[in-house]
Amino acid sequence: MDLLNSIILLTNFIVVPAITYGSQLALGAIGVTLIYGVLRFANFAYGDLMAFATMIVILFTWYLQSIGISLGVLPTALIALPIGIIATILISIFFDKAVFKYYREKKSDPVILIVVSLGVMFILNAIVRIIIGPGDVTFMDGSRFILKANEFKNLTGLNEGLAIKSTQLITFITTIITCSLLFYFLNKTKTGKSMRAYSNNEDLALLSGIDPGKIILLTWILVSILATIAGTLYGLDKSFKPLAYWNNLLPIFAATIVGGIGNPLGAFYGGFVIAFTEIGLTYAYKKFFIYLLPEQLEPNSLVQYISTDYKFAISFAILIVVLIYRPNGIFKGKVI
Amino acid sequence: MKNNLDIKIAFTIMGLLIMLVGFFQSWGVALSILNLCLISSVMSMGVNMQWGYSGLINFGVMGFLAIGGLAVIVISVPPVYAAWDAGGTGIIMSGLLLAALVYAVFYVHSKVTSKYKNYIIFVLVISIVPIMKVVSGPSIHAIESIDAATSGYLGGFNMPIIFSWFVGALLAAFVAFVTGKVCLGLRSDYLAIATLLISGIVITIVKHEEWLTRGVKNVIGLKRPAPYEVDLQNSDWFIGMIESIYSSRLSKITDIDQQMATLKELVISSSGVFVKLCFSLIFAVVLITLLIFSEKALRSPWGRMMRAIRDNEDAAKAMGKNVVKRHLHIFMIGSAIIGFAGAMLVTYDGLFTPASFQPLRYTFLIWVMVLLGGTGNNYGAILGGFVVWFIWIESAPLALFLINTLLSQVDNANEVKKHLIDSIPYFRYLMMGLGLLLVMRYRPKGLLPEKIIKN
Amino acid sequence: MFFSAKKLTGGYGGANIIEDCYFEVERGEIVSILGPNGAGKSTAMKAMLGILNNSTGDVFLEGKNINKMKPQDRIKSGISFVPQTNNIFTELTVRENLEMGAFLIEGDINDRLNEMFDLFPIIKEKSDQFAGELSGGQRQQVALARALMTDPKVLMLDEPTAGVSPVVMDEIFQHILNIKGKNIAVLMVEQNARQALDISDRGYILVTGRNAYEGSGEYLLNDNEIKRSFLGG
Repeated sequence: MDLLNSIILLTNFIVVPAITYGSQLALGAIGVTLIYGVLRFANFAYGDLMAFATMIVILFTWYLQSIGISLGVLPTALIALPIGIIATILISIFFDKAVFKYYREKKSDPVILIVVSLGVMFILNAIVRIIIGPGDVTFMDGSRFILKANEFKNLTGLNEGLAIKSTQLITFITTIITCSLLFYFLNKTKTGKSMRAYSNNEDLALLSGIDPGKIILLTWILVSILATIAGTLYGLDKSFKPLAYWNNLLPIFAATIVGGIGNPLGAFYGGFVIAFTEIGLTYAYKKFFIYLLPEQLEPNSLVQYISTDYKFAISFAILIVVLIYRPNGIFKGKVI
Repeated sequence: MKNNLDIKIAFTIMGLLIMLVGFFQSWGVALSILNLCLISSVMSMGVNMQWGYSGLINFGVMGFLAIGGLAVIVISVPPVYAAWDAGGTGIIMSGLLLAALVYAVFYVHSKVTSKYKNYIIFVLVISIVPIMKVVSGPSIHAIESIDAATSGYLGGFNMPIIFSWFVGALLAAFVAFVTGKVCLGLRSDYLAIATLLISGIVITIVKHEEWLTRGVKNVIGLKRPAPYEVDLQNSDWFIGMIESIYSSRLSKITDIDQQMATLKELVISSSGVFVKLCFSLIFAVVLITLLIFSEKALRSPWGRMMRAIRDNEDAAKAMGKNVVKRHLHIFMIGSAIIGFAGAMLVTYDGLFTPASFQPLRYTFLIWVMVLLGGTGNNYGAILGGFVVWFIWIESAPLALFLINTLLSQVDNANEVKKHLIDSIPYFRYLMMGLGLLLVMRYRPKGLLPEKIIKN
Repeated sequence: MFFSAKKLTGGYGGANIIEDCYFEVERGEIVSILGPNGAGKSTAMKAMLGILNNSTGDVFLEGKNINKMKPQDRIKSGISFVPQTNNIFTELTVRENLEMGAFLIEGDINDRLNEMFDLFPIIKEKSDQFAGELSGGQRQQVALARALMTDPKVLMLDEPTAGVSPVVMDEIFQHILNIKGKNIAVLMVEQNARQALDISDRGYILVTGRNAYEGSGEYLLNDNEIKRSFLGG
């Protein structure tokens, strides 16, 4: 019984949240890695691109809610996703044409592109905060829980409850579907393969007749889709706050590098690596040990490796270890 | 020659703009802008050394500023003796232990040759956190529980606040040394991300280690290197000075009571301006000293070597220059200057608020200053500090003016207009982004480009 | 002439690397461009492909002047090129490399794939491996196969045997002979002059960016002066 209780405890407080958070990071990291793979720079505006995308989804969700459209148990925001995606694609292409293209054609140093992406970051950040304000926005509707802690307790007779929020399940399922489609596209379709080819060897791709303009356009489309989905899922799960997206960018970068920058599958795993380490190391295991250990051995302290406040430090530590010992990421595999 | 002219014109225009603010808004506002322009210029000079002199991308500016601020607290605030009694020894012992552990990591890294070296380092690093927790936990708890509402921290050494600026610089240089050792070998984009993360960690520390900084409870009422307004208002020499400055205006007032009242008003308003002027003077001295030194450094063999490394790292390596070591030096020097500026900023604000450190404002805004002003040119960095801070402050009134002019036909109760007016603080981000993109595109070397120094 | 270039002049900005060069090649013929280091051999090839920014001169394919064509369109009209380095997609599988070679072909490419598998049996064996994991000789075969996927009329090779062992070199030359048998015009730049001339129908020798000697492979191999100057005695 105690063993079961302890397993449920960890599932409830580590596994479920980490899968959710990992999914959000994975989607974000794949976006960053695609941009890096094809356009060859670390895009610091990505967090704010996610915020922008989510803002559009929220605005359209509000509109739908105001005219009485809803999805029942599912959040209305899911219907608004396509609108968010289209708007994000448009703004991405706008910034590509207006800003990034010039430096790409000049073959500028990647550092210059990073600096330029700061400019785009400022602008997107301003647009989002001017339009929707800096504060918290909740746009979640539909049913809140798939499984409530109390229901679970009554059902199983265990002391520990297992709660699964509907947003957690939606996040996980959406991520799996999105990533499956993306990996199918990259590995099985001619266009997807040409994107990987371009990322791997630009000159040879040109010699093979692959059109760089189309590849770049396609990249921004994919990136916008990912940014909208990732941003919306995060906003549904937590709440929407423009600066939160900026803060998420750091673990996303960490996930990208852990997976090997430019490697989408690696980025996918990297997201989960970061999420599980972060949550696993900041969880207080006291109760867990109380279940498992005999009374005289029970811990007095929280048995927590590091306080939640220091989650940045965890991303950073993982990042440094990877950069020093495995600079190409810890996963072998196809690089976009 | 032409370049010098550019510099003069640019700074004259800047001075005139600040004067205009003085005439149209108030001298208090104008001097506040000037002071923060001066501080910003010091910051951007620090970043400019790293980026402009040697191409190092440091996105951890915010962290080094906060370290400077931390130094102000630790050095200048009076100690809380009760807290020292409760946990001082424990903290000092933990500090020594931490230093020993960090040293052990570096020692193993550089001296031990066992094939298990990496594992030893890994275990050491991993164990630092729990060890520190166990060792320092009781003392921290004891310190934080002493008079939590008003203190709950160790306080500082009650030393002169200007001294803390230098300590801030040293502390920042030390942190730069440690991070530089770990990160400087990285590719530029990795370095950017790593430094950004480090600054995040630094902010977390100052925000959450309450025994050290009071965290989000803030430390207020810091010492000043300038007089306090209240003291000025009660000192005869100041009142006398104001009386003589405004004597013609005062003599026109015949009623003696009214004359006294006017004088009092003038004294009160002037005392604020006077304090700010004192700050301006100190900051200007700092900036000019720094400028003289860095201009000298740029022209020295050392500066020549730095430029050579930046322009062609491989060639410099081939000539036997230790590039990583040089980079470490410049990273430390630049960070020290940023730390110094952070200490100046906290001193000027008179309070330390860890929660206010945001990368947009304290890292990337400084970057905009450097890029806009002129990469690799000290005068450019200073001009960037002035221009960007000026726009940063004045963009709000400007945005309000624009909204009111463009939408003058629209009713004030209009939701969109109200919303736009509420959003005025964010227009500055828009201006910064646009400014940065325009400069990068049309004047990629900044307003005052780097001068080619002939050796 | 099937594929020819005339009065090629150009460089990378600054001084011209090649001046007034000309080359000709027929279908089913191997033509080598030889010469000392820095003679402009690779530059000439780039000029023919249209990827050299500063170049003038005329390039004819089947009597049509393709000078105004973009590199992409030249590839579409039947010219294929194998660069000296980075000539495969290391992070794609061998099969995907070939599929990318056939990027411009609409529709089914299985016939082309099978033809390549016949021509380079090793590729078939390794078709699901990442190309980056192959040995130097195998990589060159993948590179050749990638370039042949479009069923080109002209195949241009930039030092196909650079940096491989003598055994592998022989193997690659054998493959090139097989390619010639497919009625393709092969134009290659080579450092290993003697071995290249052994399999070449004709050769051009460039010296400091100009045509210096030309003739059949046999003639060039046996001319004493050429032997002394370019073939190492």
